[in-house]
Amino acid sequence: MLLVQVLLRVLGSSDLWAATLQFGALLLLPALGGVISERSGVTNIAMEGMMLTGAFAAVMGAKATNSLLGGVLFAMIAGGLMALIHGIVSIHLRANQIVSGIGINIAALGLTNFLLFTLTNGQGYPSLPNALRLPNISWGPLANIPFFGPVLFQQNIVFYLAVLILLGMQFLLFHTNIGLRIRAVGEHPQAADTAGVNVFRVRYLCVIASGLLSGLAGAFFSQGISGVFNPNMTAGAGFIALAAMIFGKYIPWGAAAACLIFGLGEALSPRLQDSGISANLLSTLPYLLTLVALVGLVGRTTAPAADGIPYEPGTE
Amino acid sequence: MQESTVISPVIEKATPLAVEMRGISKSWPGVIANDKVNLTVSKGEIHALVGENGAGKSTMMNILYGLIRPDSGDIFINGQKVTINGPRTAIHLGIGMVHQHFMLIPPLTVAENIVLGREPGGLGAAFDFKKAHADILALSQQYGLPIDPDLRIEKLPIGLQQRVEILKVLYRGAEILIMDEPTGVLTPQETDDLFAVLRGLVKQGKTVIFITHKLREVLELTDSITVLRRGKNAGELVTSKTNPAEIARLMVGREVLLRVEKQPANPGPIILHVEDVHAQSDRGLEVLHGVSLDVRAGEILGIAGVEGNGQSELVEVLTGMRKVTSGKITLTNVKDGVAGETRDVTTTGASDVRRAGLAHIPEDRRGSGLVLTDSIADNTILGRERWPQFSRNGIVLRLSDIASWAKRLVQEFDVRTPSIDVPVRALSGGNQQKVIIARELASEPLALVAAQPTRGVDIGAIEFIHRRLIEERDAGKAVLVVSAELDEIRSLSDRIAVMYEGRVVDIVGPDATEEQLGILMTGYSLEEKEEG
Repeated sequence: MLLVQVLLRVLGSSDLWAATLQFGALLLLPALGGVISERSGVTNIAMEGMMLTGAFAAVMGAKATNSLLGGVLFAMIAGGLMALIHGIVSIHLRANQIVSGIGINIAALGLTNFLLFTLTNGQGYPSLPNALRLPNISWGPLANIPFFGPVLFQQNIVFYLAVLILLGMQFLLFHTNIGLRIRAVGEHPQAADTAGVNVFRVRYLCVIASGLLSGLAGAFFSQGISGVFNPNMTAGAGFIALAAMIFGKYIPWGAAAACLIFGLGEALSPRLQDSGISANLLSTLPYLLTLVALVGLVGRTTAPAADGIPYEPGTE
Repeated sequence: MQESTVISPVIEKATPLAVEMRGISKSWPGVIANDKVNLTVSKGEIHALVGENGAGKSTMMNILYGLIRPDSGDIFINGQKVTINGPRTAIHLGIGMVHQHFMLIPPLTVAENIVLGREPGGLGAAFDFKKAHADILALSQQYGLPIDPDLRIEKLPIGLQQRVEILKVLYRGAEILIMDEPTGVLTPQETDDLFAVLRGLVKQGKTVIFITHKLREVLELTDSITVLRRGKNAGELVTSKTNPAEIARLMVGREVLLRVEKQPANPGPIILHVEDVHAQSDRGLEVLHGVSLDVRAGEILGIAGVEGNGQSELVEVLTGMRKVTSGKITLTNVKDGVAGETRDVTTTGASDVRRAGLAHIPEDRRGSGLVLTDSIADNTILGRERWPQFSRNGIVLRLSDIASWAKRLVQEFDVRTPSIDVPVRALSGGNQQKVIIARELASEPLALVAAQPTRGVDIGAIEFIHRRLIEERDAGKAVLVVSAELDEIRSLSDRIAVMYEGRVVDIVGPDATEEQLGILMTGYSLEEKEEG
C-alpha cells in the first residue's frame, strides 16, 4: 500500500519527469552514437568507456583551460580518440569488434583512474565552480508554466543539444544521400564499394561520430549534472545506452523512446526510497528494466546485415 | 625471365578495341590465379570469357573492375593505357560489372540501390526521391528494362534483381558491361530475356564481356571467345567458327564427353513411394498440392520445372527437413531386385531418414551440404560421426580411422586437394560437390535424392558426377534428380516428372522434346496445348 501511495505522489511531481528527461538525454547521446556506428556496420559496445573518458577529460580540460568550452572540447576529443582506436582495430585490422569494445571499456576505467590519481596526487578534482559547469537554460516565461516549465524549459543546455542531434540524425540517416551511403555500407559493404562508395571512410567517420557523442555525454554528466568527476561515475550508463539502441531497433526515434523508459527507471529509483523498499534493491531498477526490455524485445529487432563484420575489399 | 611460350593465337580485330588486358598476372600465397593472361575485346561485341571454376575468369574481371590489383600487366581501355585503383576508377572509365552474387541491398528500394554512390544532388544533399525516381524511369525506358523504382529489392524475383543490377551499371554510364556468370540463378525464360536485353545493349553501342562455363550460352549469344585454363590463356575463338567440343577441350585440356552415355534402364520394384503429399512453405502457404510419384530400383527419375514450383520443398519433405501436412512417403528395402520390408518415413526426421537409407545431395551445398570451415575429413563423416567405425561409444572420435576413410573417398571420387585436412571452403565448387557425393554414396543408400547436383560445377566435374549417378542407378538404387538445367534432366533421366505450382503435371519419357517439356513447365498438358 505504502508503495502505491509513494508511487502516485512521485509520478505526479514535475521533479521526477525533469529528472527522467535529463537521464534520458544523457543516455540518448551515446545511444545515437551507437546507432550511427552500427548502421555503418561497426559493432560498438564501447560507449561506456568513451563516455567515462569524456567525463574525465571534461573536468580535466575545464580545469586546464579554465574554460567551459575547453572542457566540452576535451571530452569530445577524448571520446573521439577512443573511438578512433576502436575504428582502427575493427576496420583496418579486422579484429573482433566485441573484444575491442570490451578492451576499450576496461582501458577507459583504468586510464581515468590512473590519470585522476597521478594528476591530482590522489586528491581527486574538487567540484567545478559554476562558471565552468554546463549551465541550465531557463526559457523566460515558458519556464514558469506549472509542471511543464520545470520539466521542459529549465533543462541543461546539453539536453536541448541532444534533442537537436536526435532530429538531425533521424534526418541524416533516412533522408540524405550520406545516410543512404551509411545504411548501404552497414547492410552490404561489397555492394556499396562496387557502387563507388568508400566503405572505410564511411565507417571511420561513423565510429568517430559515436565517440564524439559519447564524449559529449561524458561532459554532460561530469561537467553538467554532477560538477565533479568520480571514478567509474558512468556506472554502466553506456551499456544502458547500448540496450536502448538495440531496443530502439537502430533507429534514432526508437532509441530516444527507449532512453526515456530507462531514464524513468533511473529517476524513479532514488525517489521511491520512502516506500520501504531497500535502497539497494531500488538502485537496480534501471538495470532490471533494461534486462526486461531486451528479453522481451531484442529477438524482434534486426541489426544491419553487415554489423560487426569487417570488410575486406575484393571478397564476396 | 623467359617469355611464355603459350600465347594465344592473335586474331586480327577489325574494330577498335574496347578492352585490352596484356600479360596480366596475379598470385596469392600458394595460388597463381592469373599467369600472363591476355584479353582483347572489340567495341560493340559480346565477348565470352570461359573456363572452368578456378581458371581465373573472375580474377581477371575483378582486376578490370578495380577490386583486385594485378601483380603485373597492362590494361588499355579504348586504346588508352590506364591504371585502375578501385571500382570508382573503373566506373569513371565506363566499366560496369554485374556480379555473380548480386551487389544489391535487400532492405533498400530499387531507386536507392541504383543511385547509391552517385546520388542526385551530390553528397551533401538531402536524398531526392523524385529525381531518383524520374531518372530511373527514363533510363528504364531508354533501354527497355521496365522496373518499379519504389519496390524493395527483397520483394523482387531474381530475374528482376538482375535487371536492377544492369540498370545500376547503365546509370553509371557504363559502356563496357562485365556480366559474371549471370545465368546461374536464372530460369530458362529469364535467361532468354537477359539475352534479348544484352543484344539490345550491344545494338546501342555497348560492349559486353560475358563470363560463363555454359557452352550453350556461349554459342547462342557471343561473338568471340577467350578460353582460360588454370590461370592461363588456352585459346581465342570466333564463335561462328567453333563448336562445343572444341571449346570444352580447350577449357578442360582433354577431350570431354558432352553427352551422357548410358544403357537403357532396367527398373525393378518401387523403392521410394510418394503419395498425395501436401506441405506448406516457410510462410505457411501450401506449396505442395498433392504430389505423387514413384522411383524404382535402377532408374533415374528427373524432376523438371521452373524453379520455385515446389521442387525445393519436395526435396525437403523427402529428406525429412520439412513437415508434411498430409500424404504418405515410404521407403522399401530392395535387394538384388527383390522387394523387402517397407518403412513409412512420412514423419521421420532428417537423421533417421538417412539411417533408413535415403541419401541427399542438397541444392545449397555451401549452406546445407558442408561445414565450409571444417576439413574435408570432418565433412566426409558429417552426420555419421556417431557410427561405431568413426567413434568409440559415439563420443570419442577415431581420428586415424576417419583419416583413412577420408583418404579413400578423396581418391575414389577424384577430389582434387592437397590434403584431407584442407577446409572445404578452399576447394572449387566441383570438388566441394564431390565431397558431398562421396559422403552420401559411401553410405550405400537405397535411394538418392540429388538436388541441382551440378549447379556451379565445371564441365569436367559435371561429367564425373553424371557418371556416378548413372553408376548408382545401374547398381539398383532409386535416384531422384531435381535440376533447373533441362539438358541435364533430359540426358540423365529415364522418366521425367514436370512440376508446376506444387503439382506433378505429367510424367514423360526421356525422349520428350525440350519444347514439350517447356509446355508442361508452364502448366499446360500436352493435349490441351495441341487443341488450343
